[in-house]
Amino acid sequence: MDFFLQQTINAVSLGGTYALLALGLAIIFSIMGMINFAHGELMTTTGYALMFAGLAGLPFVIAAPLAVAVAIGTAMLMERIAFRPVRKGSPATMLVTSFAVAVILQTLFQNLIATRSQPVILPDALAQSVAIGDLTIGVNQILSITITVIILVALNWFLKRTTLGIAMRAAAEDFSVARLMGVRANAVISGAFAISGALAGAAGVLWVAQRASVDPLMGFVPVLKAFIASILGGLGSLTGAVAGGFALGFIEIFLTAYLPEDWQPFKEALALGIVILLLLVRPNGLIPAFNIGREKV
Amino acid sequence: MQAPILSVEKLGVRYGAVEAVRGIDLAVGQGEIVALLGANGAGKSSTLNAIVGLAPSTGQISFEGAPISGIATEALVRKGLTLTPEGRRIFGSLTVEENLTLGGIPLGKAQEKRRENLERMFALFPILAERRGQIAGTLSGGQQQMLAIARSLMMSPRLLLLDEPSLGLAPRIVDTIFEQVAELRASGITILLVEQNVAMSLEVADRAYVMASGEIVAQGTAEELSSSHLVEQAYLGHA
Ligand SMILES: Nc1ncnc2c1ncn2[C@@H]1O[C@H](COP(=O)(O)OP(=O)(O)O)[C@@H](O)[C@H]1O
Ligand SMILES: [Mg+2]
Repeated sequence: MDFFLQQTINAVSLGGTYALLALGLAIIFSIMGMINFAHGELMTTTGYALMFAGLAGLPFVIAAPLAVAVAIGTAMLMERIAFRPVRKGSPATMLVTSFAVAVILQTLFQNLIATRSQPVILPDALAQSVAIGDLTIGVNQILSITITVIILVALNWFLKRTTLGIAMRAAAEDFSVARLMGVRANAVISGAFAISGALAGAAGVLWVAQRASVDPLMGFVPVLKAFIASILGGLGSLTGAVAGGFALGFIEIFLTAYLPEDWQPFKEALALGIVILLLLVRPNGLIPAFNIGREKV
Repeated sequence: MQAPILSVEKLGVRYGAVEAVRGIDLAVGQGEIVALLGANGAGKSSTLNAIVGLAPSTGQISFEGAPISGIATEALVRKGLTLTPEGRRIFGSLTVEENLTLGGIPLGKAQEKRRENLERMFALFPILAERRGQIAGTLSGGQQQMLAIARSLMMSPRLLLLDEPSLGLAPRIVDTIFEQVAELRASGITILLVEQNVAMSLEVADRAYVMASGEIVAQGTAEELSSSHLVEQAYLGHA
């Protein structure tokens, strides 16, 4: 039982990070119809920002928000420089552009910083854990779960209660009609990138907080997972992205925890197998997007 | 006709090889209800979409005397004209009230005015007040059409382009919608109404144009057109 609870906490913690990343992908996809493969590099950028902030002697409570701010800025610049010029282009054009941005950023990290993994200075407290009964919960897990919950609640509030948030949901559903309401395409898209940058930044901080290192390709695997999570949840659906993120976190953690030793090498394959089975049952994802198959601008 | 609030000259709309609108002229006077009639595929929606900048066009369009060709849709609506698109296109995943809130965006910072308009819409369409928290996609067709019109009216437009408001609705609901259109005139709003329901449109309209294959093939006052066979001929392709 305690082992089960322990694994549940691990799953919520990992799933929460996937959920944040998947949400960032979903917000951009719902509005632009584009999968931003450079999303992972926003995470990596956050990692390097944390590294430099640590080297400069900034305390973590300042370094972390600063790193998220760097991710937001990078996301908005990415949109302005790379994606805006191809916004009217085909989905394939946008996809290739996002690959190009990802590769350019990876190359910059490799050449301007280092090819190899770099340590990130973190407060000692993060590496500690607290015991609750027989459970041991890492401080970074508590941090991860708390931050994820706060972000999900705040984002939900933003999307439901502010005019820009409502406009973003409207634009995701029918961009032309949103423009008829005076919604400015640039404002909505820029806002969507800012939010996805913030989500990637938060995920990046949580990711690095558990590993204490950063390398040029750090963002690739988690964002690939988040992409799988967002498809599992229902591509373009925000609630779906969160559901998919947590579902994937649970699948991975519980496979690791309960698979017999000789099966462990097939863990990833089994996890994907379960995702495929779920998709066979629900082809549009766990919680499909409202406007599935609708034309995007 | 009084001084035109909208005037369109040599308007053309082309989608690749398809020439949907072929150099039409039309004008709408301040305070008028003008109907734009014609069979399916005549080019009516393309005309309205071109006026609000949602379809690529050639020719001149002016609103309240100033040229508006090439201005982005989101900027145009702030000038006081808007379109209620064909097929309603309400935001189905949003609530009724959220749909209306969006309609008020062009009013900008005028919070007081936005609240006032929301109350006015609820008075004009009481059913929407009852359902303000409901997800709009679950409304009936007639209610969705009322929401689509109310959403456009939220921005206090001086010119409303209304594309086939009766499309797909039950006859009783169609009556209600036309009554509401007629009532709007009293509020001083000018309307360019696209419809397939010729008889009812000519009842509420002051004047009408008839389109066929991207051209205007007949025009006149509602009375003239009701008492002649010009409209039927246009529909049958003899004009
Ligand atoms: N987005 C579009 N792309 C290509 N062709 C279009 C598009 N919209 C309309 N058309 C074509 O233009 C012509 C006029 O259409 P439309 O303006 O919708 O007519 P109406 O509203 O009078 O029924 C039709 O032949 C239609 O198929
Ligand atoms: Mg039409």
